[in-house]
Amino acid sequence: MLSPSWLLAALPAADPPRADWVEAGFGLYLHWPFCQSKCPYCDFNSHVAASIDQPRWAAAFAAGIARVAARTEGRVLRSVYFGGGTPSLMAPETVAAVLDTVRAMWPVANDWEVTLEANPTSVEAGRFAGYREAGVNRLSLGVQALNDDDLRQLGRRHTAAEAVHAFEIARATFERVSFDLIYARQDQSLVRWQAELDRALALAIDHLSLYQLTIEPGTAFGARFAAGGLRGLPDEDLAADMYDATLERCATAGLDAYEVSNFARSGAESQHNMLYWNGGDYAGIGPGAHGRLTLAGTRHATVSPSAPEIWLQATEADAPAAMVWEPLSGQERAEEYLMMGLRVRQGISLARAQAMGVDPGLSQRIFDASQDGLLEIDGDRVRATARGRLLLNALLRNLLVGESCG
Amino acid sequence: MTDLDHIRNFSIVAHIDHGKSTLADRLIQLTGTVAERDMKEQMLDAMDIERERGITIKANAVRIDYPARNGKTYVLNLIDTPGHVDFAYEVSRSMRAVEGSLLVVDATQGVEAQTLANVYTALDAGHEIVPVLNKIDLPASEPDRIKAQIEDVIGLDASEAIEISAKTGVGIPEVLEAIVHRLPAPTGERDAPLKAMLVDSWYDSYLGVVVMVRIMDGVMRKGDQIRMMQTGAKYGIDKLAVLRPQMTDIAELGPGEIGVLTASIKLVRDTRVGDTITHDKKPCAEPLPGFKPSQPVVFCGLFPVDNAEFEDLRDAIEKLALNDASFSYEMETSAALGFGFRCGFLGLLHLEVIRDRIEREYDIDLITTAPSVVYKIHLRDGTELELHNPADMPDPATIDHIDEPRIIATIMVPDEYLGDVLKLCQDRRGIQQDLTYAGSRAMVVYDLPLNEVVFDFHDRLKSVTKGYASFDYHLSGYRTDNLVKMSILVNDEPVDALSMMVHRDRADARGRLMCEKLKDLIPRHMFKIPIQAAIGGRVIARETLSAMRKDVTAKCYGGDATRKKKLLEKQKAGKKKMRQFGKVDIPQEAFINALKMDG
Repeated sequence: MLSPSWLLAALPAADPPRADWVEAGFGLYLHWPFCQSKCPYCDFNSHVAASIDQPRWAAAFAAGIARVAARTEGRVLRSVYFGGGTPSLMAPETVAAVLDTVRAMWPVANDWEVTLEANPTSVEAGRFAGYREAGVNRLSLGVQALNDDDLRQLGRRHTAAEAVHAFEIARATFERVSFDLIYARQDQSLVRWQAELDRALALAIDHLSLYQLTIEPGTAFGARFAAGGLRGLPDEDLAADMYDATLERCATAGLDAYEVSNFARSGAESQHNMLYWNGGDYAGIGPGAHGRLTLAGTRHATVSPSAPEIWLQATEADAPAAMVWEPLSGQERAEEYLMMGLRVRQGISLARAQAMGVDPGLSQRIFDASQDGLLEIDGDRVRATARGRLLLNALLRNLLVGESCG
Repeated sequence: MTDLDHIRNFSIVAHIDHGKSTLADRLIQLTGTVAERDMKEQMLDAMDIERERGITIKANAVRIDYPARNGKTYVLNLIDTPGHVDFAYEVSRSMRAVEGSLLVVDATQGVEAQTLANVYTALDAGHEIVPVLNKIDLPASEPDRIKAQIEDVIGLDASEAIEISAKTGVGIPEVLEAIVHRLPAPTGERDAPLKAMLVDSWYDSYLGVVVMVRIMDGVMRKGDQIRMMQTGAKYGIDKLAVLRPQMTDIAELGPGEIGVLTASIKLVRDTRVGDTITHDKKPCAEPLPGFKPSQPVVFCGLFPVDNAEFEDLRDAIEKLALNDASFSYEMETSAALGFGFRCGFLGLLHLEVIRDRIEREYDIDLITTAPSVVYKIHLRDGTELELHNPADMPDPATIDHIDEPRIIATIMVPDEYLGDVLKLCQDRRGIQQDLTYAGSRAMVVYDLPLNEVVFDFHDRLKSVTKGYASFDYHLSGYRTDNLVKMSILVNDEPVDALSMMVHRDRADARGRLMCEKLKDLIPRHMFKIPIQAAIGGRVIARETLSAMRKDVTAKCYGGDATRKKKLLEKQKAGKKKMRQFGKVDIPQEAFINALKMDG
């Protein structure tokens, strides 16, 4: 067997490993759990509520933030991300109150990125200026499709024309704007997707998120699919063709696939999302939010209750259940690092993975995968090749579970 | 002890679904043998599998006290016989234990092939037969046409056939009267040495092995020292009882009576259906004729999907074998599947029943390899060996010729499906022996190789005739033919569990079909996988499973890490349900589904 000893030889001299938040930054995720209606494909933690007491939510967010801040004092915050749910249902005052709290708790980087996810309806576009005032500097619009039939099919409450209009307002308001599309929809042909993508690229500034429609259990689509409905979804080959076409067209337009489903001009990448993929630290505040925080050398996963009312009450009562901290083993930490890090273009640092504590067989499996053309090794960096990235789940099953899964 | 004149022993001959179990239930109910509140559907089919499949696997019996219209009370013993061809020998023994049969025919359906086979067994046993037409409450019933059919096809006088509805209870009293007046009483010598037939035996978790007996001559009492004449084993009777249908102790059993005994017998294997039981000290001169040790005719490998369950599988198989002398097993090692057992069965139904019971009662996921029949291999040096497993095939250069077992199959089918049935039989290398008509139904008799029937013939027959055909067969002997071993290679590695014996003329088509099926059954991998069928070193069919192209989670952000990790763990568990061959994972169901020939 070929020994990957040269791999080990390539490692830099054993510097003491640095904390994840130093290595890859520190950010804050805020989860706004409400939507006007639930989209049939969405398996995120979202709820439809008749009325929302926004000041009460602002206060609870502030309390949650203060609690995490007390344990992460002095860290420089690089990014904030308002996700959901539909954060563009937040009152600009709520967003402003949250960001005021954040600034009071941590030193923030001069070039910090503050992203808010928004639905491209005219009502929500009316709040964009308010968000800008509050400190949001990047907007991510859920456009999802550029034709009305498909938007209806996806359960969206806006038309393509409305979405384009909202995008124009956003681009006049924010420094940075991105939007999402979902492809591999029911009865969507390769040619139709290419044409739609071309229109999207003509519209886009410097960042796009392009997701293959995934049928998740526990969603309306999941139930329909399980019951034999939802015919006309593309098979694996067509989905792969669509992905290839997406890569090619985005590259031509100057947007690089810096992650599996994210495309940007150099320098326009989402800093907050990069922090996830590079194994940084992030606080997760809000119902069902997840966080990863390193305290005294141990990385922790944090989880909060998913039900909005329960989270609210637990947070207001300062109950331990509002955020449960679980230490991650070195092995778990390394597995997550590989799982997330191989999604991005620059891949992972082998030295960092090894410092976290991987099983001794990993180097060999990485070497084998490189021989199969799925990974490439460049000094300390290990990256997925174009083919490897497209097969990442299968590749990870081999890398992470190795021989034990025979 | 009951006087011979007041005993009637009988069985019920019927096709599946023609109402045998319902009629038995009614007889038990009407005579008050079981209290109304204890009645459940199909009293006599005790196993879940029997109830589910509507078949009888083990013989069972019930003793009914019937006060007849003539004022006398009779003891009626019903033996419920297994109705399937796999258990033909057991059926023939049960039939020898009684003097008459009720022939139950569905008045909407008519005579089926299985009925025919069992009627002939009953006639061979010298039975008096009372035809009973069931389901006459249904608008589609045609009693006159069916009576004519019984006379035409079976040659029985049907003029006095009893018309009943087991469902509504119509005609049941007439059936009871007919049992008394039209069936003969048993004969036997009370003073002669004990001669009893071992009709069946089973394992009871409280009592140990329970043996059902029919007394021919003499008297059997609790405490008697008995001897099994075929095995030579000796026992003391601990318990003597009759079935009502629950066990009820009795002091003695005399000639003509049917009952059960326990005698500290450890294993059901130690009891042989058809054996003669006599007194050890004062034995009868001759055993009963017709005893045959049971002989498995179909073999296959059973392997645990999870290798770690091998010991559990051993335990399950040993326990089942305790209760089934006709089921044989020995340990087998497969390069592909690891440790398992090569098991022998009376037929395909028997195989399915055992497999279902292991999976259900012992909760072990199994891989079943291709069923194989017993080939006789004649080597050039004159020696002959029996091949139970294609993997054990000797070097073809050393083989002079190979004989395969054949059957005579009888199929009854409405004439609109006859063409499809003939084609099916022809496709399976059948040779037509006979073709006759009874009304609009055809009866075809084919000489077929057993290996062509063993796997999915019955399913195919059902499918081409929309379920209207019935089928029965008996083994007819061995014949030399041009047989070869076909191997299957996945990613250039032979998978021994998929190799099979085929006729040379059919090998190419079979190989192509197997490769096509496997291509659909094996999930895509990160690399392309050639799938080949080969005879010796020569590839006769090839397919290529193309490489997986896309398998990546579209969205994976901070909140997804935990979920995604769980998904990977789930996929890891899913992989455990597959077997690894070199670098290729094959799902367990692929082994059995690859063999189905429905194109």
